[in-house]
Amino acid sequence: MSRLLLIWRKSLNVVMLTLTGVAAFGVVAVLFLILGYLVWNGGKSLNFDFFTQLPKPVGETGGGMANAIVGSLKLLFLAAMMGLPIGLMAGVYLAEFGGKTFAYIIRYTTDLLNGVPSIVIGIFAYSLAVLPVKHFSAIAGGVALGIMVIPITVRSTEEFLRAVPGSLREGAMALGASKWRTIATVVLPAAKGGIITGVLLALARVAGETAPLLFTAFSNRFWSPGWGQPIASLPVMIYTYAIAPYDDWHRQAWAAGLVLLALVLIANIGTRVVLSRGGGGRSA
Amino acid sequence: MDRAAPRRFDGGGPRAFLHRLRHGDEVAHVLTLTFAAVILLLTSMLVYELWVNSHLSRIKFGWMFFWTRTWDPVFDNFGAAPFIYGTLVTSIVSLVIAVPLGLAAAIFLSELAPRRMSDTISFLIDLLAAVPSVIYGLLGIFIVVPLMRTTVGPILINTLGHVPVLSQFFKGPNYGVGFLTAGIVLAIMVVPFIISVSREVLLTVPREQREAALALGATRWEATWKVVVPWARTGILGSVFLALARALGETMAVTMVIGNDPKIAASLFAPGYTIAAVIANEFTEATGDLYLSALIELGLVLFLMTFILNGLARLLIVATERGGGHPS
Repeated sequence: MSRLLLIWRKSLNVVMLTLTGVAAFGVVAVLFLILGYLVWNGGKSLNFDFFTQLPKPVGETGGGMANAIVGSLKLLFLAAMMGLPIGLMAGVYLAEFGGKTFAYIIRYTTDLLNGVPSIVIGIFAYSLAVLPVKHFSAIAGGVALGIMVIPITVRSTEEFLRAVPGSLREGAMALGASKWRTIATVVLPAAKGGIITGVLLALARVAGETAPLLFTAFSNRFWSPGWGQPIASLPVMIYTYAIAPYDDWHRQAWAAGLVLLALVLIANIGTRVVLSRGGGGRSA
Repeated sequence: MDRAAPRRFDGGGPRAFLHRLRHGDEVAHVLTLTFAAVILLLTSMLVYELWVNSHLSRIKFGWMFFWTRTWDPVFDNFGAAPFIYGTLVTSIVSLVIAVPLGLAAAIFLSELAPRRMSDTISFLIDLLAAVPSVIYGLLGIFIVVPLMRTTVGPILINTLGHVPVLSQFFKGPNYGVGFLTAGIVLAIMVVPFIISVSREVLLTVPREQREAALALGATRWEATWKVVVPWARTGILGSVFLALARALGETMAVTMVIGNDPKIAASLFAPGYTIAAVIANEFTEATGDLYLSALIELGLVLFLMTFILNGLARLLIVATERGGGHPS
């Protein structure tokens, strides 16, 4: 009897442990499936025109998404201009100056803001930047993405500043430097690599956001000069092209998907490689 | 060279304050604090705007907003029930798939895999979390939907459709789009979060716990399932809440595969609608003030749901990492 139980326990052990391995490798396989499918489908439709031409009118094949690529870059620029100063300074505050209660409140609020669904951020940006002027604009899209950049930047900045060893600060202070001078000339340079990484990851994350742009930046089938007009972006283009009933649009959606995914993955892998080489200002 | 002069640390007092002010410390403090306060201001404004701009709808429909099943822009009659139902159903389906899968993978990564392999796989899984949601939607439309229509759907209807209780959920016409498809796509999207948080939590379980169980003659699986997992269960629950909050607020991928039909149906094959999807689809075409106000109230509901879940998740994860989730 006990022998039978032992066999049961041992086989259960083997079966369950195998299953956990299958689960882990299965999830990783999904990543390669996504990559493979996008490279296969997107690669077929990706050509030079995609990067240089405007979208063609419905019914005509060909054309590209040059305006959406430039649009995405403009929106990212606006997001960086609006979100990064707040994120970086708040990160410095939390790591270097933060008291108890107020720092706790800020940290909690940042986490809260990070968890807000992106579509709700879109509504917020709409009421801030679209309602008062009554039209969609690149600025409004920048506001939406800028708000999303803030919490990610705050957290990574604080984390990397805290990783700078205290002895560096003490050394600078012992030489008579004031606190802000210590931060500006010793602590920040030491954490530079990590902070830049955090910023890049934050921008990579919002570069793929679609929902908050739908009713802030809207979209545009033409160039959008200046900052006050509706503007096209890659994610929104992928969305509109994917749900449209035209085969040629589907092919372009795959091409755009490939370009977007390539950008996001390169940013993620690149920063990770830099970090693992010790560019993060970690003590060891 | 006055900054090299010895500083006097005489505690507080106006002189010390002036000294620090002259050396820029107070200026830097106040400056960074101002930027930090902007975050507080933005978040309060977000809540305020949602509250104020949903005023019309809140006044007109009151609490009935949550129970009304009609969504009729023509006659200005709005109810949130189909959207709340769709949001909950798709999220639950996604958790039913993602939690066992994610927990199993996390166990493999923390208990079995060698450190290097575990780190590499975790890195790849983190990349999966970085894929933009519109790309999941793209793959959903062109891979998952046809697959559901031609293969998976019919198989499920022919098998689970005959089981007494389950047949409720697996019957009816199968269009390919619907709650189940949205749930599957969501599951793929939230599984990376469950894995990475659960792995972290499992790795914090003390080594002695495992060794003690193994020394008592437990198999590797028994040690994991009866000792390590219960120890980490609060944190694992936290990761599930985090994933749930993600699933509730996910917009693009769901919008693209759920079918966008404001109906409440028991069948998982039926097309439905979620809160985030209806906001994404109808916000730009909302002509009336009441229409817009009702959509913003939906946004408020979504905000509150994710707010509560995120708060709970954080509490649970902090609780485990502090003292272990073991029964005390």
